[in-house]
Amino acid sequence: MHTRGQWLALAVVAALGLVVVPGLNAVPADSPLHLPNFLIPLFGKFLCFAIVALAMDLIWGYTGILSLGHGVFFALGGYAMGMYLMRSIGTEGVYASELPDFMVFLDWKELPWFWRGFDHFGFATFMALAVPGALAYVFGWFAFRSRIKGVYFAIITQAMTFAMMLLFFRNNTGFGGNNGLTDFKRILGFSLQEPSTRLGLYIATGIALLGTYLLCRFIIRSKLGRVLAAIRDEEGRVLFTGYDTLQHKLFVWTVSAVLCGLAGALYVPQVGIINPSEMVPSHSIEMAIWVAVGGRGTLIGAILGALLVNGAKSWFTVAAPETWLYVLGFLFIVVTLFLPGGIVSLWQRVRAPSTGNTNDTPAAQRSQP
Amino acid sequence: MKARSGHLGHIADPGQTDTTHGETLYVENVTVSFDGFKALDDVNLYLDDGELRCIIGPNGAGKTTLMDVITGKTRPDTGTVFFGSTLDLTAMREHEISRAGIGRKFQKPTVFTRHTVFANLELSSRGEKGVWSTLFASLSEEERGRIEAVAGTVGLRDRLHAAAGSLSHGEKQWLEIGMLLMQDPRVLLVDEPVAGMTRQEVEHTGELLTGLAGSHTVVVVEHDMEFVRRIARRVTVLHQGRVLAEGSMDHVQGNPRVVEVYLGT
Repeated sequence: MHTRGQWLALAVVAALGLVVVPGLNAVPADSPLHLPNFLIPLFGKFLCFAIVALAMDLIWGYTGILSLGHGVFFALGGYAMGMYLMRSIGTEGVYASELPDFMVFLDWKELPWFWRGFDHFGFATFMALAVPGALAYVFGWFAFRSRIKGVYFAIITQAMTFAMMLLFFRNNTGFGGNNGLTDFKRILGFSLQEPSTRLGLYIATGIALLGTYLLCRFIIRSKLGRVLAAIRDEEGRVLFTGYDTLQHKLFVWTVSAVLCGLAGALYVPQVGIINPSEMVPSHSIEMAIWVAVGGRGTLIGAILGALLVNGAKSWFTVAAPETWLYVLGFLFIVVTLFLPGGIVSLWQRVRAPSTGNTNDTPAAQRSQP
Repeated sequence: MKARSGHLGHIADPGQTDTTHGETLYVENVTVSFDGFKALDDVNLYLDDGELRCIIGPNGAGKTTLMDVITGKTRPDTGTVFFGSTLDLTAMREHEISRAGIGRKFQKPTVFTRHTVFANLELSSRGEKGVWSTLFASLSEEERGRIEAVAGTVGLRDRLHAAAGSLSHGEKQWLEIGMLLMQDPRVLLVDEPVAGMTRQEVEHTGELLTGLAGSHTVVVVEHDMEFVRRIARRVTVLHQGRVLAEGSMDHVQGNPRVVEVYLGT
């Protein structure tokens, strides 16, 4: 197979992202090659979305479970990191208090119990992964145990994200209400205003994306990955073959949520704010569109889709803001009707125009010895 | 061999299949109704270890429902289903029943179309099926050998690396039987194995199933009377959710009630 070529391509892309971008940023500002500072967090944001898209592909593309609630897991990861960033403001807030500004504003006298420990970066990072994971595990256990599938599952995930959004909008929930958490000053002692900190966050996100890709690749190439694809194509058969599909679905669903949490945790220091609007149902739907546009069940497609759609979004929302939603809807319809395999399928068509349609997922090719 | 003849009794381990009393599967007084319609009405069925049993009956007789009850897809309203004398199948979930040694072939060929024949067989093989063991599984030479052997048995040796979706209808049926063989079940439930097959494929399938009987208990649900005549040793006739007759093919064909409701010709 062309595995060696794939590794080479991966190395080239990783080098491009992790070396060339910082390199171009380092050339003098008067050079035409210079990459302006403000683009670094924007690129970092795109890489976060690419992690989300991979997580989405794992559960939707490979396992056939469409989630329209992944925004919740992303936001929860973001909130956990945001809480750490709030705590590291110290007494430099507007009210110069030990407590975060919004708590002073609400006339709270002491830190709520669930904020404890978030002074520590390690704890916050752990929670950024553990909380989305735990929520997904519990939610998934009930949903998969009741054999909820397909569009019904998608709808209850939408309901979940909507309910969580309403919960986080309340001031009394304790996460800053509709303003969310913002005005961050520093992370691990480094000022968030410094270009070097932003570059560091970008590189950390790039490494996280690479690690996520390798993890997803490992999962889908294992026998477990073949079980997942089998669940997607014929779950009844998998059950009667002796697999407790509940466990396999729950595993990949939880992994997917944890990866979203990771993306959210990397996202918040780069954009400087987290609020409940990250949980609006349409955000979660957009995540599914990234994967559909790029191509389901290919991993690479998910990354490409996230980068392309978000790149287009950034451009359109500046150039012609009111058209963006139409463009997105149009894109989704075009892909669904004419390019069900997403953008990557274009490349496959060019490469092997005569082969049939059965091998359009790596799953079909993998067990070749 | 678990059977120790000559002893007066033996200790039955719960959770272990115990067939020392001859029968493998005991279906007793099973009733299933859907919205008042009785799909199965007080059905009794006893299967001997290693026998080949054909279940026939007109549409709606309850054949597929009976399969569903045995494999845990449908729970009976009343009645019991035991595998051996210790395993209560009505209290087990589908994957547990499958692991206990009951394999099922669906009416419509049900294979993993986007996996290769090889991967289909690999996924069906016995062994650990939990999350972690599948995540870190690697294929042993022994397992690879078994996959190739089973592919040979069902005549798909040359198609090992074809996507299952590209197989012909008959080949898919065989692949599914091959997937059952990989599980190496004690009991094979086979729902309409020759539907839509060419005469040659039917012949091959008949040989395959009769060859499996003896080492496995094989239950075939079939509409094709010619095929049943060819392979059947014992036949159970279902009609409107009840067992109408049971016995050899000749005996069943001579039963006037059976002739009336089903055989006709």
